[in-house]
Amino acid sequence: MIDVFSELASHYNQYITVFLMVAGLYIVIARGNMVKKLVGLSLFQTSVYLLYISPAKIVGGTAPIVDPRFAVYSNPLPHVLILTAIVVGIATLALGLALVVRINEAYGSIEEDEIFERDQDH
Amino acid sequence: MRLDVILRVTTKLILPFMLLFAVYVQFHGDYGPGGGFQAGTIAAAGFILYGLIFGLPAMMRFVPAAIVEALIPLGVLIFAGVGVYSMLNGGNFLDYSHLEHDPVHGQEWGVFLVELGVFITVSSTMIAIFYAFAGRGRGE
Amino acid sequence: MLQHLPVLQVMVPLFGALVAALSRRPGPSWLVMTAASWIALAISVTLMHQVLTGGVISYHIGGWDPSLGIEYRVDVFSALILVLVSGIAAVSAPFAHRSVASEIPEDRIAWFYTMYLLALTGLLGIAITGDAFNAFVFLEVSSLSSYALIALGRDRRALVAAYQYLILGTIGATFYVIGVGFLYVTTGTLNLGLIGERLAAVESTRPVLTALAFITVGISLKLALFPLHVWLPNAYAYAPSTATVFLAATATKVAIYLFVRYLFTVFGDRFVFAELPIQQVLIVLSVAAIFGAGAVAIFQSDVKRMFAYSSVAQIGYITLGIAIATQTGLTGGIVHVINHGLIKGALFMALGAVALQVRHCHIEELAGLGQKMPLTMSALVVAGLGLIGVPGTVGFISKWYLIVASFEVGWWWLAVLIVASSLLTVVYVGRVVEAVWFREPSEVARGAREAPLSMLIPMWLLAGATVFFGIDANLTAGIAAKAAAALLGSPG
Repeated sequence: MIDVFSELASHYNQYITVFLMVAGLYIVIARGNMVKKLVGLSLFQTSVYLLYISPAKIVGGTAPIVDPRFAVYSNPLPHVLILTAIVVGIATLALGLALVVRINEAYGSIEEDEIFERDQDH
Repeated sequence: MRLDVILRVTTKLILPFMLLFAVYVQFHGDYGPGGGFQAGTIAAAGFILYGLIFGLPAMMRFVPAAIVEALIPLGVLIFAGVGVYSMLNGGNFLDYSHLEHDPVHGQEWGVFLVELGVFITVSSTMIAIFYAFAGRGRGE
Repeated sequence: MLQHLPVLQVMVPLFGALVAALSRRPGPSWLVMTAASWIALAISVTLMHQVLTGGVISYHIGGWDPSLGIEYRVDVFSALILVLVSGIAAVSAPFAHRSVASEIPEDRIAWFYTMYLLALTGLLGIAITGDAFNAFVFLEVSSLSSYALIALGRDRRALVAAYQYLILGTIGATFYVIGVGFLYVTTGTLNLGLIGERLAAVESTRPVLTALAFITVGISLKLALFPLHVWLPNAYAYAPSTATVFLAATATKVAIYLFVRYLFTVFGDRFVFAELPIQQVLIVLSVAAIFGAGAVAIFQSDVKRMFAYSSVAQIGYITLGIAIATQTGLTGGIVHVINHGLIKGALFMALGAVALQVRHCHIEELAGLGQKMPLTMSALVVAGLGLIGVPGTVGFISKWYLIVASFEVGWWWLAVLIVASSLLTVVYVGRVVEAVWFREPSEVARGAREAPLSMLIPMWLLAGATVFFGIDANLTAGIAAKAAAALLGSPG
């Protein structure tokens, strides 16, 4: 029993990552409101940022700026990758929201089932 | 009415510090968290705060939409221009060591110019997104 | 300058996109698009020549060693995809002039060409890069610009189609990033070749298998492998005609390139075929795609949607060739990448020429168009014959390789299925041909005139290529065979 808790405590960052990933995916699949889907998508992408950054912190490592007093540095590469991924995520979110605004103007609703109905009448 | 006055005065007090902080983050990306993207969003947030409080037409007089749309490709051109310039100087694409007479200065200039390009593009993109969203539904 | 060609391949369309964004008027932006795509084609042909005569080209961005920095790596397969993508873009450039002018509002035409060139940049970048995360960046550049391209369609359903594509495409790209994250944590590098080499020494295989699973699902969403193809029919049906021509011929093919690159160069036989049942899963899904999508295509009344479902079925052929994974099978898959690009390019160009005059591409409205637009409709028939796989067209070459490959591994039932699926294709192509050539002209068809020369020439260039490379397949099949040999023989 205590092993489960120690496992949970030592790998808490990975459990949080998985929780966010699954929560985000669930929102995308289960919700019909277009803005809520985009929120779920952002949540899903955030879990990926955690997935990259948490292994980047080396235990006992300092900030990755070369200094003669320190020998162990944290890994800066995942941070750079995640900066790129965050920018991509923002661009996707902006594009998605712009599409939702246009869909709202064209259909009068942002619920997927209502839009589906209105298209069936065509 | 009174809240409106508080918001306007506070914004006018905070805005210069926001922009100063953006410039600080821009130049300290080498030694701490920062760089072009973060600084660009902070600067854009400053402008957008002005637009939220004082209205979209006031903001558009400050930063016209045409200038914003022209700045977006300009930042990318600066970035790609640095790459092409290092190609012309004999190195590979984006080889900063070939920008200056010695590699260390070249790396400094390279990172500086590249981050400047990113700053320009990101801040103008954020402002352009704000203009695109805020300008709809106002009887256009 | 010759040694910098790999970078120029990506930079020229990018600069073109920036210049098109700065020039607001339709005319100059079209000129920029044409110039950029033709220069990109010249560069890719030169790269292909260099690779065929000199071997693999490696270009280090920023002068950094490949284990630390980004490497652009061109081998035969990459050069093939580069030529295909830039070739389709170059041939579509004259076609786009009239098509875009008639379908997109005038103040947005420059932005359309900007997005088009950004999509071209992204697709060329995926094909040329040798870095896993750089591939993600270019994947997203091409995907985001594709969403914008599709959303510019006339019909309001284009918006919903673009939104659905956005959600599914972003999930796919994020799955890909998760896979790359696991690979980075196990090997310590992001360079595709180096990951492949270092994976051989990895002890704990669970993260590697997880990475393989995530990357497979992520890329399968992008290449529209059944059942992850749901975004494709709507996206291709409601997008502007030029966007459909470009995306149908190139976007999924580049995702297939990335898939093959991961399966053979990065993971290799040990992980892909021995430890996980990827081969069996791919074969089942490919056959399901070929028959399922083919059957659905028969019942469509919108011709563009019909050919979009046909694309899903044809992608099933390509993944079938990849799944068989012998020299002949992989050659068949790769050569079908080229052939399908040519066929679908010609088909959607013909439909785009029709859309110039007739607003919707419903099969009732297309009735009798053969009398009014004979050249366009003949191109459609020629390309349709290529889809079916009639001997003398490129479709036959691909199916021949696939059938020979299935006999080589002893799966004669697969060969029977491949031949049987051609019957499905006959039905839906036959529906269109019968409506177009053997019926009385409909109301809208009566007012139609032949397509302008700027559209006829690219259309017939592609349709003629489907016949030319079907009769003399030495060039396409030869290069595909070399690419397959290089992939199968690579370490890992």
